[in-house]
Amino acid sequence: MKLWNRYSGLILPVLVVAALAVWPVITGKPANRESAFTILKAVALASSLNILLGYTGYVSFGHIVFYGFGGYVGIFLLTEKGWSLWTAILAGGAASGILAFLLGSAILRLRGAYFALATIGVNEAMRAFINNFELFGGPTGITLNFSVYRDFGGAAHALQTSFYIGAGLALLALLLSYIVRTSKFGLGLLAIRENEDAAEVMGVVAPRAKTWAYVLSAIIPGMVGVLFFFKNGNVEPHDAFPLHASIELLVMVMLGGQGTVLGPILGAFAYQGMRGYLVTSPIFKDIQLSVSGALLLMIVLFIPAGAIGWLRHRVPPLRRVLA
Amino acid sequence: MTILLSLQGVSKRFGGLQALSNVTFDLPEGQILGLIGPNGAGKTTLFNAINGVYPPEEGRIMFREKEITKARPYDHARMGMARTHQIVQPLNELSVRENVMVGACFGHEHQDLGNASKIADEVLEFVGLAPRADQLAGSLNVAQKKRLEMARALAARPYLLLLDEVLAGLNPSEIDSMVQTVLRIREQGITIIMIEHVMKAVMNVSDRILVLDYGVQIAEGSPEEIAKNEKVIEAYLGDPKLAQQLLEEE
Repeated sequence: MKLWNRYSGLILPVLVVAALAVWPVITGKPANRESAFTILKAVALASSLNILLGYTGYVSFGHIVFYGFGGYVGIFLLTEKGWSLWTAILAGGAASGILAFLLGSAILRLRGAYFALATIGVNEAMRAFINNFELFGGPTGITLNFSVYRDFGGAAHALQTSFYIGAGLALLALLLSYIVRTSKFGLGLLAIRENEDAAEVMGVVAPRAKTWAYVLSAIIPGMVGVLFFFKNGNVEPHDAFPLHASIELLVMVMLGGQGTVLGPILGAFAYQGMRGYLVTSPIFKDIQLSVSGALLLMIVLFIPAGAIGWLRHRVPPLRRVLA
Repeated sequence: MTILLSLQGVSKRFGGLQALSNVTFDLPEGQILGLIGPNGAGKTTLFNAINGVYPPEEGRIMFREKEITKARPYDHARMGMARTHQIVQPLNELSVRENVMVGACFGHEHQDLGNASKIADEVLEFVGLAPRADQLAGSLNVAQKKRLEMARALAARPYLLLLDEVLAGLNPSEIDSMVQTVLRIREQGITIIMIEHVMKAVMNVSDRILVLDYGVQIAEGSPEEIAKNEKVIEAYLGDPKLAQQLLEEE
């Protein structure tokens, strides 16, 4: 019973991710597996962004930079240096973490809209840099040699393995999110979100806490980037640093409810589900991004706390389960 | 008597405004120092200087025999200084208990979450907010928010507590109970500096009083001495002799 009380907030998030991981295995259809992979990827990215956006209260419009940068580093090591997929994924995560640490030390002294603007600048600057960086293939990027899939028993098996790794990363992201949310470090982040000056007066070392929050929110996107581009077969600047993907991540987090563990997961699920429908629908296929924009506007106007935040507010007994 | 806090020639300027000039005093452990002065005298600025929010340009501040003049607010908190804000700063979307836990977790005792939660409940009981522990801080009224500010500061178990107008905006019975709370805090051995406009209260609880006017320290002494001090009366009411003269001329 004690254990239940302690970890009750973790049950729903784990169930959602587990269901996503098992669904394609049961149905056995590769198409389902690809849909589930897309959602799991979104879950991992949105949960990571939530550490910065939801817990710390800093809006990043360029979070995809960590996905792209980590992905590039990992794929480079994989193809040019012959590293294994596992070590490349770890290296991609570490590279993004280090990038976040350096960036955070510089731009996290900005607050509010200024920080948000700086993050857009960072993403665009990184894209321009990689575009001209010959070691990473410049504008044409890096293409994987087909032989890397041989270790996994061919491309088809490699896709299957990637799917399981993706599910693992999504699980890791939500565990990280939960651990941060329920830790003393997380309490400090929430205090910063609510009132940074008051938090500092109470002893929260805000510059340090914010930097670590930024680092933690960057590592898993870096790992996901390596996995995605491994699965994709190549990496190019415009695939690695799409600004609109950053905004879609914001929509997912806001839709589900920033600052909760479950919110971004449901948000990612709902948003990807909707997107899957929109891109295949004849009416919406060209304007699906405008629908995301409109959705973001509606959320900010009507349910700024997101679906889970709204539920927590309306039905207090649910608070324990909807952590 | 050990000196807990010592200010030597502390000055602070905001552009053309000399907010504090040459403030110097020693605060012995266990005392309550009342800080009074007309509006805009620089009382809150002095708190901000002591607390590291706006470090002074000149002078030195020593706390527990360490220089803290240029330290950041969180360094002060970790060394055992806590404060309340004149304009309350609750963490609105966190519960009352969580607000207080922040004080306990990041203050100078650096408690873990479990202990912090226990301390929070004790402190909330002490300030009379226990029934509201699970409510969101944003839903409290002003008097309760002032108590919350105090609870957060106390949860850090500080050596020095800076109280910035905790009585302002309270009704007479709330003032009485808050004054009792302040006295009980002193009994625990916590040194207090309190900024206050409610004269009766500050005269009653303070061991010593320091008066600021236009950033200058115009008087310091026991409550009785201050009540009779001509400079102080002048600062509050204008020059008594001049007033008399003007009345006679009329």
